[in-house]
Amino acid sequence: MVYDALIGPFTEFEFMRRALAAVIALSLAGAPIGVFLMLRRMSLVGDAMAHAILPGAAVGFLLSGLNLFAMTAGGLIAGFAVAILAGVVARSTGLKEDASLATFYLASLALGVTIVSIKGTNIDLLHVLFGNILAMDDQTLLVVAFNATVTLLVLAVIYRPLVIESVDPLFLRTVSRAGGPAHLAFLALVVINLVNGFQALGTLLAVGLMILPAGIARFWSRDLTVMICIAVVAAAVSGYAGLVLSFQTRVPSGPAIILVATVFYIVSVLFGRVGGIVRQLFPGRHLEA
Amino acid sequence: MAALHFHNVTLGYDRHPAVHHLNGEVASGALVAVIGPNGAGKSTLLRGIVGILKPLDGSIHLGGLDARDIAYLPQSAEIDRTFPISVFDFVATGLWRATGLFGGIGKPAREKILDTIASVGLNGFENRPIGTLSGGQMQRVLFARVLLQDARLIVLDEPFNAIDSKTTADLLALVKHWHGEGRTVLAALHDMEMVRTHFRDTLVLARGPVAWGPTAEVLTPENLLVAMRMCEAFDDSAAACAADDARSRAA
Repeated sequence: MVYDALIGPFTEFEFMRRALAAVIALSLAGAPIGVFLMLRRMSLVGDAMAHAILPGAAVGFLLSGLNLFAMTAGGLIAGFAVAILAGVVARSTGLKEDASLATFYLASLALGVTIVSIKGTNIDLLHVLFGNILAMDDQTLLVVAFNATVTLLVLAVIYRPLVIESVDPLFLRTVSRAGGPAHLAFLALVVINLVNGFQALGTLLAVGLMILPAGIARFWSRDLTVMICIAVVAAAVSGYAGLVLSFQTRVPSGPAIILVATVFYIVSVLFGRVGGIVRQLFPGRHLEA
Repeated sequence: MAALHFHNVTLGYDRHPAVHHLNGEVASGALVAVIGPNGAGKSTLLRGIVGILKPLDGSIHLGGLDARDIAYLPQSAEIDRTFPISVFDFVATGLWRATGLFGGIGKPAREKILDTIASVGLNGFENRPIGTLSGGQMQRVLFARVLLQDARLIVLDEPFNAIDSKTTADLLALVKHWHGEGRTVLAALHDMEMVRTHFRDTLVLARGPVAWGPTAEVLTPENLLVAMRMCEAFDDSAAACAADDARSRAA
């Protein structure tokens, strides 16, 4: 019975195996990026970027249908265009960067939905907005795995400057010029992973598998490496449980994954070892040192 | 031989000068205090020296020093202490010159880092996240990183702010030790008594140089009064600097 419920869907159906492989690839790459987004206080920037890349992905969709490669390229171009335009407007007008980004991402979201509606059906629009990991073919899975591999390799290259730039940017600027390129490469990784999450979770929820696991990890560790490991595991477990939930209850897969992650997040907020509410209400007797 | 040359340097933000028309040089091995009221441009000058801020006008020459021969201790407010990094890892970033992007930290380097942490009195703190440290402990951590950098020019921005007298004494001893080793040290400070007692040379700054030379001659009530009365105007519609026009006419 338990086997049938938890393992059966994956042994029986190929589309479930592909979905599981995709969600593990998304977790391995997206969760570490989410941890850095959170620690660099860019969680909402990630969310805004997820909307901002929609027009580019939509143009890719217009040209070649639901082809993840074309959508990734379009998303990258749109993401960088919005990031740069928002930065230019903020610097040349004194408007705060988050306000400027909000304007651009709202315009981008409207433009993206319009572009998809012109060519596609409402089902296409729902697909782009909310994703459908259960409809993933081999080619798309390979693109997801490729993007995840590139993410991990690039993250390994920029890891050291990214950490130092996050904690002490002035110091990094005095010893190296790696800070700027590392930040740009990091933004590129954010966009790549958002586009990667499109197929599984859609544009509205793509950032969820990055930010929610990072938020969960923050409640369990004060160590960056441990935090990244917890985030990856939390994302993968949420993905697996979300797929099972979706299979068993016919809830759409993307929202199911994010809802499971949200449950883990609530549990972490309540019972987390680092700053959890219960821990704060009942801290136990104070220590000697 | 001079470690630093200032040639009519103006530093600032968006064309507004924070320090303007500074000329002079810092001798190699000198121990110089930079003093002035809040907003006098001390931090801006130090940022210009370490290359974080490009001059609006004029130039700063590092006498034969590479940018990486400089160690900079920023004000601790510039550091995100909520970031989950341990004292050991934070101090280890001082080895950037040796490790760069990919270089590993082997056993000798690990021991060096541990020795350095111990030398600033933080033995046993290696695994503590920096967010759990007191202000004084964090300042010791920053000094440990400067120690590891092993730089010929050391630039300290208000290194003794809001720390107790014991920590101040320990860290001041380190500064004097660096000076004794022939390193050039510049420090932005507020404690006049400390400057008088321990720093041979002083630059009094008030958005421009008020006086610069031996501390005993420079640290006079008259100069301090001039510094206190500095103009703090920040005016978007201000005219272009007249001193620059005069210079170009003279040229």
